Amino acid sequence: MTAHRDVAIVAFAQTRHRARTEELSEVEMLMPVLHEVLARTGLKTSDIGFTCSGSSDYLAGRPFSFTMALDGVGAWPPIAESHVEQDGAWALYEAWVKILTGEADTALVYGYGKSSPGPLRDVLTRQLDPYYLAPLWPDSVALAALQAQALLDAGDTDERDLAAIAARNRDNATANPFAQLPGARPQGDYVVRPLRTGDCAPVGDGAAAVILAAGDTARALCDRPAWIRGMDHRVEPHALGVRDLTDSPSTRLAATRAGAFDRPVDTAELHAPFTAQEVVLRKALSLGDDVRINPSGGPLAANPVMAAGLIRLGEAAARIHRGASDRALAHATSGPCLQQNLVAVLEGEPRDR
Amino acid sequence: MSDVLKAPLVVEFPFTRSLGPVQSAFLTGLRERTVLGVRTGDGRILVPPVEYDPHTAEELRDLVEVAPTGTVTTWAWNPAPRPGQPLDTPFAWALVRLDGADTALLHALDAPGPDAVRTGMRVRIRWAAERTGAITDIACLEPYDGEAAHEVRPHDGVFGNPVTGIVAPARLDYTYTPGRAQSAYLRALAERRTVGERCPSCAKVYVPPRGACPTCGVATTDRVEVGPRGTVTTFCVVNIKAKNLDIEVPYVYAHIALDGAGLALHGRIAGIPYDQVRMGLRVEPVWSDDGRHPDHYQPTGEPDADYDTYKELL
Repeated sequence: MTAHRDVAIVAFAQTRHRARTEELSEVEMLMPVLHEVLARTGLKTSDIGFTCSGSSDYLAGRPFSFTMALDGVGAWPPIAESHVEQDGAWALYEAWVKILTGEADTALVYGYGKSSPGPLRDVLTRQLDPYYLAPLWPDSVALAALQAQALLDAGDTDERDLAAIAARNRDNATANPFAQLPGARPQGDYVVRPLRTGDCAPVGDGAAAVILAAGDTARALCDRPAWIRGMDHRVEPHALGVRDLTDSPSTRLAATRAGAFDRPVDTAELHAPFTAQEVVLRKALSLGDDVRINPSGGPLAANPVMAAGLIRLGEAAARIHRGASDRALAHATSGPCLQQNLVAVLEGEPRDR
Repeated sequence: MSDVLKAPLVVEFPFTRSLGPVQSAFLTGLRERTVLGVRTGDGRILVPPVEYDPHTAEELRDLVEVAPTGTVTTWAWNPAPRPGQPLDTPFAWALVRLDGADTALLHALDAPGPDAVRTGMRVRIRWAAERTGAITDIACLEPYDGEAAHEVRPHDGVFGNPVTGIVAPARLDYTYTPGRAQSAYLRALAERRTVGERCPSCAKVYVPPRGACPTCGVATTDRVEVGPRGTVTTFCVVNIKAKNLDIEVPYVYAHIALDGAGLALHGRIAGIPYDQVRMGLRVEPVWSDDGRHPDHYQPTGEPDADYDTYKELL
């Protein structure tokens, strides 16, 4: 879907992602980033046209936890608000559509997740098909490992290539003060072969928030808005055995619809929690060596579930804000083996004007 | 805070799910050691079968029987099985295309080690000794050195005593940590005190505190002791006994504005006949035997509070 109204990401904030945040409740973890994006734009909650969040109760094991997190927004006088049980990237999509329809001119979007309270690998099995898959408890690393082996068998990658992906991402993260695992580290033992510790994203807690604004409002709030030129999300058939795990046609289709292939991008923030998934995404998106991939370090350096996809959009936008990118692609995923994929294309205005 | 409060939190549920016609036939078939697939409009055989074509959304009902033998299409060696997984010794996860099928089924493959597994290897189903009509009726897959058999037979999907539903038990073990504000509240309760937190913006005192003022969206950091006495702002009479609840009905469940609090919390009222509880009644906490929380509230004997003193807290 491409935009018929100019909408931009004008502010982005994230927490310093950590392995555990026991001393903080979800709202206590989230509130500082909400305040930060508001302060950055000078907006108050009452100025925001639409608020949308992404999170999952299964992470903390608590029902309706998003209503508690909403305490951090300040919902009086009453606000227009929505929630997706999904990564915050999908909340951003909903907010973008809301602005495109003219229902709002600004939106506050946030995503958060505390993965530390529960066994994340097992918790994520509860999102699987409940008849044929969930009763077997195939954990998230196991499913990603099946995908990795499929890529090895197809000759699309090898273990050295995967290690290099891990090292490059975590090297990049040394410039990211928010990253949980900055700097290269040993690949370690197999968690589920062929994936080693180093091939897997860390488990941790964190939150992110962005503010979207339309047209002149965006120009007033940000020196160089990151204009959303297009955004789309697509899904694969849910049965893993039906799919070609070495490819991601949903990512390619979403990228096509978002206009990603109309002109080259200089940056791509990819939501690949496992090294092998970056191989799949680069192929699906036809990304060449001239594209800067995950300058933030990506999910291999910090993966707060339900915020990590939104962070990809935020990081891509932040690079445009500071002039490090002119046209960036941001990708978010959800579900096992890249089941659902969202692609956004962000642009800054030419800097020579 | 160095000593964070934490406690085990178990979320456990037996999800009861009904099955559609294709899933019912497939799972009942497993009980009878028969593997069914479904044929799509373009002649592909999907195993496990689904009710709608994942590509065309066309309704699928044309069942066929496929072989209990197949070929690994991809695999992953699992050195440390996790709770609930099919085998408790190291095994391979495998996607297996059963002979006659065009798609792959996920299950555990029992093999002595990763060197004994490869893509393309031949396997067969090992049936569970006791079968109920569930995917776990396949105990696992095991190596098999026979040739592929591609015979696919039509099947009417009819079995005696068909399975129409499954119960999928799930248990997840969490460690709950309540955060800064609620930790302070819980610590104070252990000393038979009730603390709230004041919003620096609107001055409202929240009890129990959750760390943020939902009106202003800012952190509430100014700790305030409230109560112990309070006023009943509104109430209801409960006439139906909840399961496992050791309280005689009828009883009164009330909203109680503790003195100094900016909103009412809820609690049970006792020590007074249920039909004499009223708005404005002054009450105080009666602590539970273990002293961790108020068991209920009882009248203080003071005159009733004036309506104007609590009307904002209703």
